[in-house]
Amino acid sequence: MCKECGCGLGGDVNIGGHAHEHGHDHDHDHGHDHHDHVHEHHPEAEHGHGRQTVTLQRSLLEKNDRLAEQNRGFFRAKKLLVLNVVSSPGSGKTTFIRETAAKLAGRLRVGVIVGDLATDNDAARLRTAGIPVVQITTGTICHLDADMISKAAAKIDLDQVDVLVIENVGNLVCPADYDLGEDLRIVLLSVTEGEDKPLKYPPMFHSASVAVVTKTDMASAAGFDRKLALANLQRVSHHARIFELSSKTGEGMKAWLDFIEEQLAAVKKK
Amino acid sequence: MEEAVRMAVEAARTSDARRILVLRLRVGALSGVVPEALRFAFDVVCRDTMAEGASLELETVPAACWCPDCRVEFECADLLSECPRCHQPSGQLRRGRELEIASVEID
Repeated sequence: MCKECGCGLGGDVNIGGHAHEHGHDHDHDHGHDHHDHVHEHHPEAEHGHGRQTVTLQRSLLEKNDRLAEQNRGFFRAKKLLVLNVVSSPGSGKTTFIRETAAKLAGRLRVGVIVGDLATDNDAARLRTAGIPVVQITTGTICHLDADMISKAAAKIDLDQVDVLVIENVGNLVCPADYDLGEDLRIVLLSVTEGEDKPLKYPPMFHSASVAVVTKTDMASAAGFDRKLALANLQRVSHHARIFELSSKTGEGMKAWLDFIEEQLAAVKKK
Repeated sequence: MEEAVRMAVEAARTSDARRILVLRLRVGALSGVVPEALRFAFDVVCRDTMAEGASLELETVPAACWCPDCRVEFECADLLSECPRCHQPSGQLRRGRELEIASVEID
């Protein structure tokens, strides 16, 4: 699944017992461990009669997708709006989430699940702001998956929450493959990153339902070419809603917050 | 489980078989699969199919992690196990989350 970096799993197809070279595009040693028995082949199998063994070697189901659907059903039953926030490291996910929660306070209640390889610094920053938060430290796993989310969600009193925000691990590659059961996938692009990020990481930007340009207060200092960035975003995330804002100054936040309220209202109606 | 039986029946049909005798699954130690639940489901889903009465064989795949720094693979009990060499936690699971249909025996 996580084909790009090898931190995930692959579901290989091998029908009929023929040795099959894996089509993975990994550039490192791959740990697939094919046991001898899967290649066992009774002679009569060639002729289609008598007792025979047919080798299939197929992944039954993409485990993550299944768990993500379970999460989705659970979240839907709870009438929660669930956001999966993804970006490169340093695009401003934590500040964006903190300010979103702070500005919604009194109107909606926000809970956060935050993923990082190590430390609970982000969780601490959010907790200081009075937001219920669960930190997942993933070790060396570069993304959150649906299983981690279901375990983390169990640690939040979801009946006290309207919007559950998942701050994914800062990575624009692998998290794209992992459905967490969210309603909306929000990708951030900060003005300091370069306007061509969407072109460099198309799967992630393509998979997002919302794209947010962050740190707009720094745009001129960073020499940010807004037109070019928006054109690139529209090219890759063509179906995504685009917002431009500064979490720090609050510029552009209103449109985003209104959007969240709209989306939550839609979830509550379902 | 339904999917496993569906795949098995499909394979059996392709080979003009009459029935499925054995279905073999590879189950990773960290796949989250409960063997008892799987067996229970298997009996239920097999009813009224070519796999009715078939036996289910489960092969457990031990979990192994990969330390990218030391470039070693090591057995691990969970996703946060430490590399035995550098003691850094490694969650790069190489094996252990499989849920695959390995083979079927048909007649």
